[in-house]
Amino acid sequence: MHNSLLKPLLVTALCALCGTSALAQSADIPRTPDGRPDFNGIWQALGTAHWDLQTHASRPGPVVEMGALAAIPGGMGVVQGGMIPYRPEALRTKLENQADWLARDPIVKCYLPGVPRATYLPFPFQIFQAPDTTLITYEFAGADRLVYMDQPDFASQVDSWMGHNIGHWEGDTLVITVTAQMPDTWFDSAGNWHSSQLVVEERYTLMGANHIQYEATITDPEVYTEPWTISMPLYRRLDPGMQLIEFKCVEYVEELLYGQYRKPVAE
Amino acid sequence: MRRLAWFHVCWFTALAVPVSAFAQTAEGVYIAPRNEWGQPDLRGVWNFSSNTPLERPARYADQEFLSDDDVARIRAEALDDIARSDGNSSQGGVGGYNQFWIEGLPLEENRRTSLIIDPPNGRMPARVQGAPVAFGGLGPDIEGERPVRFTVGGIGKDGPEDRGLSERCLLGFNSVPPFMPSMYNNNVQLFQNADHFVIFNEMIHEARIVPLDGRPHLPGDVAQWTGDSRGYWDGDTLVVETRNFTDKTQSFRGTGISKNMHLIERFTRVADDEVHYVFTVNDPQAFVAPVTVLVPMHKTQDELYEYACHEGNYGMVNILRGARVEEGSWVDSNGN
Repeated sequence: MHNSLLKPLLVTALCALCGTSALAQSADIPRTPDGRPDFNGIWQALGTAHWDLQTHASRPGPVVEMGALAAIPGGMGVVQGGMIPYRPEALRTKLENQADWLARDPIVKCYLPGVPRATYLPFPFQIFQAPDTTLITYEFAGADRLVYMDQPDFASQVDSWMGHNIGHWEGDTLVITVTAQMPDTWFDSAGNWHSSQLVVEERYTLMGANHIQYEATITDPEVYTEPWTISMPLYRRLDPGMQLIEFKCVEYVEELLYGQYRKPVAE
Repeated sequence: MRRLAWFHVCWFTALAVPVSAFAQTAEGVYIAPRNEWGQPDLRGVWNFSSNTPLERPARYADQEFLSDDDVARIRAEALDDIARSDGNSSQGGVGGYNQFWIEGLPLEENRRTSLIIDPPNGRMPARVQGAPVAFGGLGPDIEGERPVRFTVGGIGKDGPEDRGLSERCLLGFNSVPPFMPSMYNNNVQLFQNADHFVIFNEMIHEARIVPLDGRPHLPGDVAQWTGDSRGYWDGDTLVVETRNFTDKTQSFRGTGISKNMHLIERFTRVADDEVHYVFTVNDPQAFVAPVTVLVPMHKTQDELYEYACHEGNYGMVNILRGARVEEGSWVDSNGN
């Protein structure tokens, strides 16, 4: 027990001192046949970052009938330094978004969530790792990302909801740079937003067999005064027989999106 | 993945290659390269476009493969068609899709006279009497009732549930298990790791995850649009068995209810640049016999694009609102 607890802590402490990119090669993590850290498996974030990346109190939910079940829990936040460094005019947009979040939040409509939001939605995702192209597939809306490894010059040809994903290794850390995301996605249900200039650099570091330290640095000079970083652990789903269950939410939002266009019922 | 002018370029490329280059790969001779887990490596992007008919045309009777004369005649007919075409609509009139969209030719010619390899006559087995049958299409709505289980077209415009499943962005018209060559986006990327296989259809970004570790299927009452898949290796062939479909899709070929279907798919790499996708639809409530289809898939170096169907589904809004305007029941935000 001491070992299993101490080792990740020790590694975390090392990280804090020397930065994750200089993370020492750890022998205690699963590895692929080619010696890379093995991220294959089903993972999920715990917490309330999907409601609000910043520290937040609990608040009532939007569905009266669901009472406490749909109330929104508080959370400590995952933004390093606490606050997202918005430009003043961009902050106004965020606050407007937040005030009208139920109508504006794109995932309410079952739209693909974008990166990094897909990572910390309260749904599992599965990684299929390969030396050339890694697939990350998310239960929510069946979102998928094709991560092209070691092709730094492979430019995006078109914007997309889950972005253009280019990966490389820095020691034992998998680094994915995500560009060409649609400007329509948000980071949470608190109205935190970005423009089409968004660049996300994700860092996945195995801290043991069953958890990943996840970091995402957000750069978007149109919206923020400087880059900012979120970080959180991701946990392996150890449930026996765990598999992703289909969540085609399109069916669940047809009334919301198209109900107003139905043929009126004759009276 | 949609290639600019792909259609015309490939017609002439295909026509220019000598017939001898289309000889059938001798299965069993080729040894597939191994991945890092020692399995036959099926990974990559594969294109399953085809102009081979699903069912064997009557003129070929028991003839399983095209002769050289057949090939010459088909090419001549194709050239005639191109010469006659205005290069614009594939449906006549304005149409929904011009030739820019059409991806009906395989990357290599398939000399089979039908995609169906069993029954041996290359034809669909007879339907079981009483099995539901419905074919949608790009033309006018057809008569029918909900649930609409076909993919393209609809039975009306009263609400979204009256439209086909691909118009609702629930399933791709060529990616419903089993997947079949269709008008465009005939691309699948296969992934593998030690204990999983993934069939990732470009259409509607459909990643079907197949555990290979021998675990049992989901309980019978847990239904999914794309079913519940389990796989195993049979020699160098990856076999995928899928059940637990919903009652909201068809079994195959406009017929049946997929809830009753047991689907078996077999993936075999028969050459560096070719995988044979062979699937068998078993649904005794729809067909009097199983039907087995062979779709050759050819490697492409292109990458898949994100098919964000739902996010851009202006079509659904316009179909429904157009119908409200047409019937005079539409009230806009000004109360008109």
